[in-house]
Amino acid sequence: MRRRGAGHGWGWWLPQIALLLALAGLVLVVARTVSDNMERQDMVLSLGFLRSTAEFPIAESFLAYAPGDTIAWAFVVGLGNSIALTLLIIVLSTMAGVPVALARHSGHMLARTLAGGFVDLVRNVPLVVQLLFWYGVILMAFPPARAAAQPLPGLFLTNRGITVTTVGITGTALPMIATVMGGLTLTLVAAWRGRLHQASLYTLGTIVAGSVLWVVLDLGLARDVPHFDRFNFSGGLTLTPEFVAVVWGSVIYASAFAAEILRSGLDGVPRGQWEASRALGLSKRQSLRLVIVPQALRMIVPPMNSQFITILKNSTLALVVGYPDLNFVANTAINHTGQGLEGVAILMLVFFTLASAISLAMNRLNARVQRAGA
Amino acid sequence: MRYVRTAPEPVRPAPPRPKRPALRSIVSGGANLLTTAIIVLFAIRAVPHLLSWAVTHGVWNGDGDACRDAGACWAFLRAKMPFILFGIYPEAERWRPILVVLILGAATLWSLPRAHWTRATLGLWGVAIVASLLLMAGGRLGLSPVPTSAWGGLPITMLLTIFSLALGFPLGIVLALARRSDMPVYRWTATALIEVMRAMPLVTLLFVASVMAPLLLPAGVTADNLTRALVAFVLSSSAYIAEVVRGGLQGVPPGQQESARALGLGRSTVLLSIILPQAIRKALAPLTSTVVVIIKNSSLVLVVGLFDLLSAGRVSLNDPAWPTPYAETYLVIALIYFVICYGFARYALHLERTTQGGERRP
Repeated sequence: MRRRGAGHGWGWWLPQIALLLALAGLVLVVARTVSDNMERQDMVLSLGFLRSTAEFPIAESFLAYAPGDTIAWAFVVGLGNSIALTLLIIVLSTMAGVPVALARHSGHMLARTLAGGFVDLVRNVPLVVQLLFWYGVILMAFPPARAAAQPLPGLFLTNRGITVTTVGITGTALPMIATVMGGLTLTLVAAWRGRLHQASLYTLGTIVAGSVLWVVLDLGLARDVPHFDRFNFSGGLTLTPEFVAVVWGSVIYASAFAAEILRSGLDGVPRGQWEASRALGLSKRQSLRLVIVPQALRMIVPPMNSQFITILKNSTLALVVGYPDLNFVANTAINHTGQGLEGVAILMLVFFTLASAISLAMNRLNARVQRAGA
Repeated sequence: MRYVRTAPEPVRPAPPRPKRPALRSIVSGGANLLTTAIIVLFAIRAVPHLLSWAVTHGVWNGDGDACRDAGACWAFLRAKMPFILFGIYPEAERWRPILVVLILGAATLWSLPRAHWTRATLGLWGVAIVASLLLMAGGRLGLSPVPTSAWGGLPITMLLTIFSLALGFPLGIVLALARRSDMPVYRWTATALIEVMRAMPLVTLLFVASVMAPLLLPAGVTADNLTRALVAFVLSSSAYIAEVVRGGLQGVPPGQQESARALGLGRSTVLLSIILPQAIRKALAPLTSTVVVIIKNSSLVLVVGLFDLLSAGRVSLNDPAWPTPYAETYLVIALIYFVICYGFARYALHLERTTQGGERRP
């Protein structure tokens, strides 16, 4: 559509100058109105409120928080919850999507029909409705704490959440943990670069070093079994009903979308590719690994990018069941301080940054996938 | 004697794929048998539980006391259904939202077949929307006025969806065209708007709209909750529609533009009568899928305190005269959404199939 040739005429410049002027005018009018309104309500534009103490509680968080911390820290805690929630849902829903996609792909009539029904059902009901439904199911169907259901030893289901036994390491474990983490990082980096042999050597090394340190440092394991005293469980790790409802509901919802993306990726590889690679003498596993999956990935990664951003955006729905994500914290902070404009600006900036970060990571993955074997 | 074929070779059907009988796929082979066994075992364990909860011990008639210590409390939904469907709209005037739902539903069904895609249908929609607003708001023709804060239930869901589409569509087309423009200022502005809207969660947008409204409006002007939510919806749906339309525009071959220009048509004529109609036809199926997204998103207005289907259901659970049958209530609400959304999803599939294989020839 671009016109060739040197220089542009007035027909090219004028409309653009007009738009620029109109935008500038709009910004001016909005700024005037906002500052007038703020003056009338004695509001001052300032980020100083971030340093004041937050008087409100945050029901649960991954980072330590108590009322009396600064508002800035409350925002960070909310952000931590949002990021943890998003990552958890991304990983779990992608994993859960694989069996659903395979079932929809399979020759097994019953499995295919069930998986198809699942996907249709889940995708056509709003996520909020599903979250509230699962939250209601946990509150209604799970027994009270004194009559906790115990489907597996050490795992308790109650209407106050899911309590599990945790296993902790006793002794000075830091050197061992650091070594294992370092080894895992090396392994992942090698695997990412496609050096599978090197990666397996690193894995072996990590296991050996870890075990040696375990013996040398004289470490042990201790179980923290939850026990019921009077009103509630103590000990172990308790996942609240809100957290369980958000993660479970979102994972079910997102897995249906992930399954569709995975399936269309698999369907997108022509049948001839299967037949040709089998005819070349590759085994079933080899053709899957070397021929089908690399081609399917090229079709899977781009839509997965938008899917992950959708998961990030949908994590804000956690607030309908009362799980304190960033949106929830910002909402509370604004209600307490009245600094609406600043709070909203921070919120928008953070979500834009997070969405861009996901896009950036997925674009790098995409570049790799598109390049491989091309 | 003729050497040139005048009629095209008739299309022959593809050779039939060997089809495995459904029954055999379930019982032949170890893995298949195992899958079947797992499914059947699961069904044997779960189905009786569900049946006893929903049917055998379910309460269909009676009041709150009948539901205590029983299975599913369907009686609650029978009692609360009018409230869930129409919210806190004054009971004496309930025929008005009922009529609105019927009018908007009928207009939607009427517009589905291709043969009805005419200017007359567009006019019909204009009449339907004006009539619906008049009926809901009242204050004229002897109808008692009802403020938007008392609107609720299904009409809110329908009106939000229809307005997001009706206002978002033209805005989306403008954004899509601007994003493909050869003028950088237009391109950047449109790209920035679309990308920011798409990166924002709708909950955040709704929240921003409700926080910013008092600051953005000049003194003395106020916007009710419904208007604020609607602005957020229109902005976000226009960004989605813009991306879908842009996809359609990219699908129109450049030769169309060039040949139309070569025929001596002006730039705006080419755009309005050659490029856009083709682009929109290509974008119809994905646009219908966008409708499903918008309908599902409309349920988010509960975070700003509007009384749509879902919020009304949630509020009805607060009645102390009844136990709180969360699962039943949300199941029924889910069913209503499912019927609407699945219908549109199937329709999108149908459109995709019938518009595939190029344009229809006269």
